[in-house]
Amino acid sequence: MARLTVNGHLHDVDVDPDTPLLWVLRDTLGMSGTKYGCGIAHCGACTVHVDGVATRSCVLPVSAVDGKAVTTIEGLAPNGVLHRVQKAWIDHDVPQCGYCQSGMIMAVAALLRAIPNPTDAEIDAAITNICRCGTYQRVRAAIHAAANV
Amino acid sequence: MNYVPKIDRRSFVIGTAAAGAGLTLGMSLPFGAAHAQGTQATPELNAWVMVRPDDTVVIRFARSEMGQGSLTGLCQLIAEELQCDWSKVTWEYVNPSDSIARKRVWGAFNSTGSRAIRESNDYVRRGGAAARQMLIQAAANEWKVPASECTAANSIITHTPSGRKTSYGKVVLEAAKITPPDPKSITLKDPKDWKIAGKPLKRLDTMDKLTGKQKYSADTQLPGMLNAAIKACPVRGGKIVSFDAAKVKGMTGVKNVVQVADTAVAVVADTWWHAKTALDALPVVWDEGPGAKVSSETIAAMLKEGLDAETPLVGNKTGDINAALAGAAKKIEAVYAYPYQNHACMEPLNATARYTAEKCEVWTSTQNAEAVLAAAVEASGLSFDKCDVTVVSAGGGFGRRARTDYVTQAVQIAKQMPGVPIKLLWSREEDMTQGTYHPITQCKLTAALDANNNLTGLRIRISGQSILAGIAPSRLQNGRDPATFQGLNAGGTEGRIGYDIPNILIDHAMRNPHIMPGFWRGVNNNQNAIYLECFLDEVAHAAGQDPLEFRRKMMKKHPKHLAVLNAAAEKAGWGTPLPKGVFRGIAQQMGYGSYVAAVAEVSVSSDGLLTIHRIVGATDPGHVANPALVDRQVAGSFVYGLSAILYGGCTVKDGRIEQTNFHDYNSMRMAAMPKVESVIVPSGGFWGGVGEPTIFVAAPAVLNAIFAATGKRIRSFPLKDQGIRTA
Repeated sequence: MARLTVNGHLHDVDVDPDTPLLWVLRDTLGMSGTKYGCGIAHCGACTVHVDGVATRSCVLPVSAVDGKAVTTIEGLAPNGVLHRVQKAWIDHDVPQCGYCQSGMIMAVAALLRAIPNPTDAEIDAAITNICRCGTYQRVRAAIHAAANV
Repeated sequence: MNYVPKIDRRSFVIGTAAAGAGLTLGMSLPFGAAHAQGTQATPELNAWVMVRPDDTVVIRFARSEMGQGSLTGLCQLIAEELQCDWSKVTWEYVNPSDSIARKRVWGAFNSTGSRAIRESNDYVRRGGAAARQMLIQAAANEWKVPASECTAANSIITHTPSGRKTSYGKVVLEAAKITPPDPKSITLKDPKDWKIAGKPLKRLDTMDKLTGKQKYSADTQLPGMLNAAIKACPVRGGKIVSFDAAKVKGMTGVKNVVQVADTAVAVVADTWWHAKTALDALPVVWDEGPGAKVSSETIAAMLKEGLDAETPLVGNKTGDINAALAGAAKKIEAVYAYPYQNHACMEPLNATARYTAEKCEVWTSTQNAEAVLAAAVEASGLSFDKCDVTVVSAGGGFGRRARTDYVTQAVQIAKQMPGVPIKLLWSREEDMTQGTYHPITQCKLTAALDANNNLTGLRIRISGQSILAGIAPSRLQNGRDPATFQGLNAGGTEGRIGYDIPNILIDHAMRNPHIMPGFWRGVNNNQNAIYLECFLDEVAHAAGQDPLEFRRKMMKKHPKHLAVLNAAAEKAGWGTPLPKGVFRGIAQQMGYGSYVAAVAEVSVSSDGLLTIHRIVGATDPGHVANPALVDRQVAGSFVYGLSAILYGGCTVKDGRIEQTNFHDYNSMRMAAMPKVESVIVPSGGFWGGVGEPTIFVAAPAVLNAIFAATGKRIRSFPLKDQGIRTA
C-alpha cells in the first residue's frame, strides 16, 4: 500500500512501495499526461513537481512522496486557468510531437518558481530534458517570455 | 538513376488485395462515388471535407502527425481552396479500413520520405475546391440564382448582385446532395493568391500537448486492458530456446507469459511496471545464431574490404574517371565512415491490440496506417474487413514508425489471450536494441585536380549496408539498391548531385551485416552529404581555394542548388570577419525534391569543447504550405542531425547493439543548441519535402567549420569518440 497526494487529491493505492511514481500515476491512477521516456531519469519526459521541485518520477519510489504534494501536468492549470508557462507555449507554438512537453513544461514551471528571470546559462543548467523534435529554440524564447509576464 | 521510394511492401499487399477485388491502386480521385457519407450531424461533402451545421469544418487527415506539422499544413491547403473560416477548422484521422472499403479514396497513408504534403497536396486541394463549389451551388439553388453570381470567403457565401448571405453550415445538407464536380475541371488557386496556405499559422494540435490531455498510443486505455513488456533475442537472427515462466508467474500482477513468434517472449500483467519487473526476472535461453560472432570490428573489416573490391552496382557514371585520375596533376584521397544510428523516438514503440476469432483491432501510432492494417491482417490471420486500425498521434517517428514489427508483436500476444486488449510497450532498452538502424557505411573518395586546380574527376566508392536488402529485398534492382545513392544521382527530381564534374564514378560495394537496417530521417543523404561535402571541402583546401567559391565554379548548370547555397552564404555573411576563434563551414545538398544549404559558425577550445554559435539553414522546397512549420523542421533537423554526429552511433559487440538508453546514446539538449536562422527561398513550380532535407547539411557544415577551427579533419563518427565534446 502507498499513500500519495496528486494535484491536491489524496490517494491510497495498492502497490508495492518501491513502484516508481511514474507508473502509479500512469497505470494505477490512469493519469497519462506524465510520460515514460527512458526509465533512468535521463530524458525528463516524466518530470513532475514534488513539493514544487521538478522531479523525474520514473526512478522515484512512490513511498518517497508520502506526505508530499505531487503536481503533474494535469494539475498545472487548476480550474482551467492556464499557467503562464502554458500560455507562453501557446504564444510561441512550442510543441512539435509534444511527447516531451509535459516534462519540459513542468521543469520550466519549477525553474521559474526558483529563478524568476533566468539567464540563458541558468536555463541551460536547469532544463536538460531531451526533445528529439528539437524545439529548444522556441522553448528558450518561451521561457524568457513567461519570465517577463 | 533517380531514387523514387516505392510503396511499402505491406501497402503493396493491400494494393494487391484491392486490385484483386476489381479496384485500382492508382489515385482514382479523392471524391466521387462514395460522397455523401458522414452523418446527419456532420455531413460529408467529400472524403476530405465535412461541414457541421454550426459551420465547424472537419478536415480528414490520412497521413501521420508525429510532430512534423503535416496535419496543419495539409489542413491549410484544403481550407485555402474551401475558403472557409480557419478558426472553425478541426480535423480527424482517417481509418485505413474505411479507406479500403471506399476504394482507397484517401490514397496513400504513409508519412515517410518527407512526402505527406508534397505527394498529396494536389488532390487534397481539389477536395477543398470541390466542396466549396458544392456549397456555393447549394446556396445558388436556394436563392434560384446562377452559382457564377455567388462568391465564398471565410465560410460565408454571398450573392453579389443582391448582397444576400448564408453560411456553409446553413447549406451543407443540401450541398451534400449535389453531384461533385469533375476534379479535372477544377482550377486550383495560384499560390500567390493564397490567404491561409503559405502563411505562418499556428499548429492545430497544440493545446492538448500543454495540459497532458493529448493521447499518444502509449496512453491507450481500454476496459479490461492488460499491459505487456517484451524482450526479443538481442542478436538479430537468434531464436528463443526456452524460458522458465513458472519462475515469474507468481509475481505481483502477472497474468501470462507468452512466446511471441520464435524470437521474443512477453510478460502480460495488470500494470506495465509489473510486466517489466517480471520480464527482467524471467530466465530466457537464446540460440543467438551466427550473428553473435559479429562486432563493430568485424563489420569495419568487412566494409574496408569493400572499399577496393570489384562491384557492378553503379549509381552515377560520367566520362572516364580512370583517365581523369591517371592524368591528374594532383590527387586527393580520403576514407570516411558513418556509424549505425537509432531513431530513439521520445515515445517508445508500442501498440494495443484486441483479438477475437471475428475481429482484430489495433490502436497505435504509425507513419503508415495501411501498413499497420496489413500487419494486423497478416498477424491475426483474419481478412481485411475483420481488422480495424485506429491511428493515434505519435511521439516522434523519424522513419522507425514506418515499420510494423511492434504491431505484429502486439497482435501475436493478443491472439494468445482472445478478447483481452493488450497494450504492448517496449522499454527504452528494447527500443534502443531492437531498432532498424541507420545503415553503416564506409566511403573512399578520390579527386583529380588538373594543373589549374580544377576538379576534373571524382571517384566515390561506398561500401556498406543496403536498407532495401534488409527490409525489402524484392525492391532491389538487379541486386542494386538505388537508395544508396541518394543525393548523388546524375539526374531526376528527387536527389540530384549539384556539381558539374566531367568525370564521375560513384558505385556501391554492398556489404550487409546482420544488424537490421531501416530508413532513418534523411536516410542515405545524411552520410552521402558528409562524404561529398566534407571531401569537397578537403579538395578546395588542397586546391588553395575558398570552399564556397570552389563549389560555385562547378554549379553553373545547377541553378537551384546554387541559389540555395548563395542564400545561406549571404545570410551568414560568408567571408565577413568573425569574432576571434570562431570559424565557418558550409555545405549543400538536394534530396526529397528540395534544395538545402547550411553555414555553421563554431569554435573549438584547445581541449575539444565545441560550441556551435550559429547555423544558417536555407531551403528551397518549391512551394511552402506554412513557413513557420518549415522553420521548425529546419531547426529540428539541426538538432536531430547534429545529435547523431555529436553523440550518436550504435556499436556492436557479440552480435548485439551495445547502446541501451540515453546515457550512452545521448541527444542534443538546450545547452548545446545553436542559434538557428532559417532562410526559405521557395522558387515555385514544384513541391519538395521539408521534414528531412536540412539534416543532410547539418553535419557537414559543422564538420567543415570544425576543420576550419582546428585544421584537423575528422572522418569517423560520432565526434564524442574523436575528442570533441559539447556543453
